[in-house]
Amino acid sequence: MLREIERDELEPLATGAWILGAGGGGSPYLSYLNMRNLYEGGTRVKLMDPMALEDDDLVAVVSNMGAPLVGQERLSDPAFAAKPLRAMEDYLQKKFRAVMSVEVGGGNALQPLQVAAMTGLPVVDADSMGRAFPEAQMTSFAIADLPMFPLTLADIRDNEVVVTRAASWKWMERISRKVCTEVGSIAATCKAPRTGREVKDHGVLYTTTKAIRIGRVVREARRRHDDPVAALVEAESGVLLFRGKVQDISRRTTEGFLRGRARIEGLDGDRGSTLDLEFQNEFAAAWRDGEVAVTTPDIICVMDSISGEAIGTESIRYGQRVSVVVLPAPEVLLTPKGLQHVGPRAFGYDFDYRTVFGAAA
Amino acid sequence: MKRIGIDVGGTNTDAVLIVDGKVLKGVKTPTTEDVTSGVRKALDLVLADNRALAASLDGVMIGTTHFTNAVVQRRGLNKVAALRIGLPASAALPPFVDWPTDLARLVSGEVHMIRGGHEYDGRPIVPLDRTAVREIARKIADAGITSAGICAVFSPLTAECEQEAAEILREENPDLRITLSSDLGRIGLLERENVTLLNACLQNLAHKTTNAFADAMRASGIEAPLFLTQNDGTIMRAEMVERFPVYCFASGPTNSMRGAAFLSGIEDGVVVDVGGTTSDIGYLKAGFPREANTAVEVGGVRTLFRMPDLLSIGLGGGTEITEDGNGIGPGSVGYHLTQEAMVFGGKQLTATDIAVAAGIAEIGERTRVAHLDGGIVRRTLGAMREMIVEGIDRMKTEAGDVPLLAVGGGSFLIPDRVEGASEVVRVEHHAVANAVGAAIAQVSGEIDRIFSGLSREDALVAAVEEAQGKAVEAGADHATLKTVEVEDLPIAYLPGNSVRVRTRVIGAIAAQ
Repeated sequence: MLREIERDELEPLATGAWILGAGGGGSPYLSYLNMRNLYEGGTRVKLMDPMALEDDDLVAVVSNMGAPLVGQERLSDPAFAAKPLRAMEDYLQKKFRAVMSVEVGGGNALQPLQVAAMTGLPVVDADSMGRAFPEAQMTSFAIADLPMFPLTLADIRDNEVVVTRAASWKWMERISRKVCTEVGSIAATCKAPRTGREVKDHGVLYTTTKAIRIGRVVREARRRHDDPVAALVEAESGVLLFRGKVQDISRRTTEGFLRGRARIEGLDGDRGSTLDLEFQNEFAAAWRDGEVAVTTPDIICVMDSISGEAIGTESIRYGQRVSVVVLPAPEVLLTPKGLQHVGPRAFGYDFDYRTVFGAAA
Repeated sequence: MKRIGIDVGGTNTDAVLIVDGKVLKGVKTPTTEDVTSGVRKALDLVLADNRALAASLDGVMIGTTHFTNAVVQRRGLNKVAALRIGLPASAALPPFVDWPTDLARLVSGEVHMIRGGHEYDGRPIVPLDRTAVREIARKIADAGITSAGICAVFSPLTAECEQEAAEILREENPDLRITLSSDLGRIGLLERENVTLLNACLQNLAHKTTNAFADAMRASGIEAPLFLTQNDGTIMRAEMVERFPVYCFASGPTNSMRGAAFLSGIEDGVVVDVGGTTSDIGYLKAGFPREANTAVEVGGVRTLFRMPDLLSIGLGGGTEITEDGNGIGPGSVGYHLTQEAMVFGGKQLTATDIAVAAGIAEIGERTRVAHLDGGIVRRTLGAMREMIVEGIDRMKTEAGDVPLLAVGGGSFLIPDRVEGASEVVRVEHHAVANAVGAAIAQVSGEIDRIFSGLSREDALVAAVEEAQGKAVEAGADHATLKTVEVEDLPIAYLPGNSVRVRTRVIGAIAAQ
């Protein structure tokens, strides 16, 4: 129910989390470096089965919020990551039992490990997205209409903010985003505390283990000089949607999203076809030869065809040879309520969820 | 225009003499341990029939793997003092954090992190801690360290902190050689800092090497200015290389592709360089190689350099073929071709033997492969060509046919007609394409930073102007500058038109 995360699981976790980021969430490399250093110094972090939580245990949901690009200059720091958790404990006058990630996709997969390293708390093997999404209301907890306050937010200087109440998940997103921008577009946060019961009922479970597993499959295939993309598809019951090379890419920022479109020209079995990918921080939808082929919340991953390394929406470039793999979304995101929060219409499209895994919900 | 281009490789030093756009002579000579004597010999050979030109050359352009090799082989590196400005941010990941331990131990002298640096929008994180800088300056002097690297958070946006810290260090240590990360560009603190520290640890070697090149030139009676080639296919003056040796990393493949473009007069197309063991396929756009996207490691250190996007396939002139023709490579007899290949009396069937038997190459003695079965020869040749066609297709990003530039000693393996290629171009002097690429290099200026509070159009204009300033500083003639690349990347979650712009301009060398 409680086991130590091994040193040789850290790198696979980073690789797997970057893939599950569906192009967003920021690269986990710097957070991985922190964990590697902490492990070299003798620190160990424990992974907790969510079912081992007592119903009234209090779980801290932590995240690093902000622009991934700022994170490349103001580097990930475990002591900073743990500040909002302490602020939340002070505010609540209660102690946390464990810590978990808001999203397993991208750098935030390692945020609870960094907090755990500083506090000694175990990391719950769960998150609230099973991937990465851009906004606060796009979580399984929001889909379940759980309360979204209080929230604590810390800056590297001696600034801390508690949002004691918000009218809705969207308001919480707007208020915290504003504060985040003011302190340099990067902030560590501790979201609304969850009870053990809430995590067990509404969390997306066993996603840390899943990210480690995915990372292992890809790295192992790479080491054997096998096809890492094929290995991932097989191990995770995914679908290889398309293979090709990036022919065109355009990006723009609107309303806090990095939006854009990438066109991929087919190679191998997809020769003669094109795939258009649209992204809003994460890859949101794909069209094959003009027809919608797949949409969010299916996890659309763009990977380097040779190395199997994930490619982010900020780093996808002209000329890259890529494979587009679709992994199944967590079930909670596919319910009618889930699709209201994270389906294509939540991203401004005028069509319904389309999947590559049998009939759409 | 009279220039000499030199490629100092691990095995050979090649040199070419180019006058008014024509290659007058190309030579190859072994690289020597001391570098100077090999370069001197190459200069003497290439000028043998044109001694009189020595005095009237416009420039000598050298491409060298010297600095890359020094880092890879951990030799000739000096100790450095690392100064990071950015606390309280980024404290957990200090300078050298992701370096291989042996290299970090060799290079790392003093490591300091102090308060200061900027936000993405130019506001200070906290004021620069000047007192701390002064204390560090004294420690550096006490430790006898002669080279320092300074890296501040968001310095590509504003270099204020780095410049002020450098001034304080210099007040205490007038002879200290200082590398500022803002001079090396690009967002990405750790990678930019790594490059800064690599540059700082190459200072002594850069001084020694550029002097060795200059000595070789003087000894050959050449008074023209000396330039070195960079990994982006352009050059900088030797005095700049003394300050920024890292820019010379991995210029070889770029020079080879640029040389092919020059020799053929074609600026857009596929270059296939068939060597002894592999074929390298690259893509030329506007006369420059398309860059690879992945972070490049030098000697195990992550850098922010981009390298040409090359696809290497296991097919070259020395590639081993099984007797039945069904197995092609990846083994190769390499530089033992002249002993082991059948056409030279050896026992191993190679790609070269197949080409000779098929009548498309004249190498060694054709009678020695006359016994090969005609069907096997045709089938093997077909399969080898299929490998090349497949590789070219993978690299192409345009739907239409593009010209194919065939270079390298094994380029006879490329057929005259290739699917997807509008024509196959073969050129003279293709074996010394690297040296040609060095000789014809131009001067560039590049910037990559965030602009806030400007419209997208104004930001692009400001970026191009800054890049032009850098190019002129590097020796370019302002009137000839053209913009070869502008890329803008809006930044998610940053307010008020924040846009990251990367741009590169190139131009001809200014008259001295």
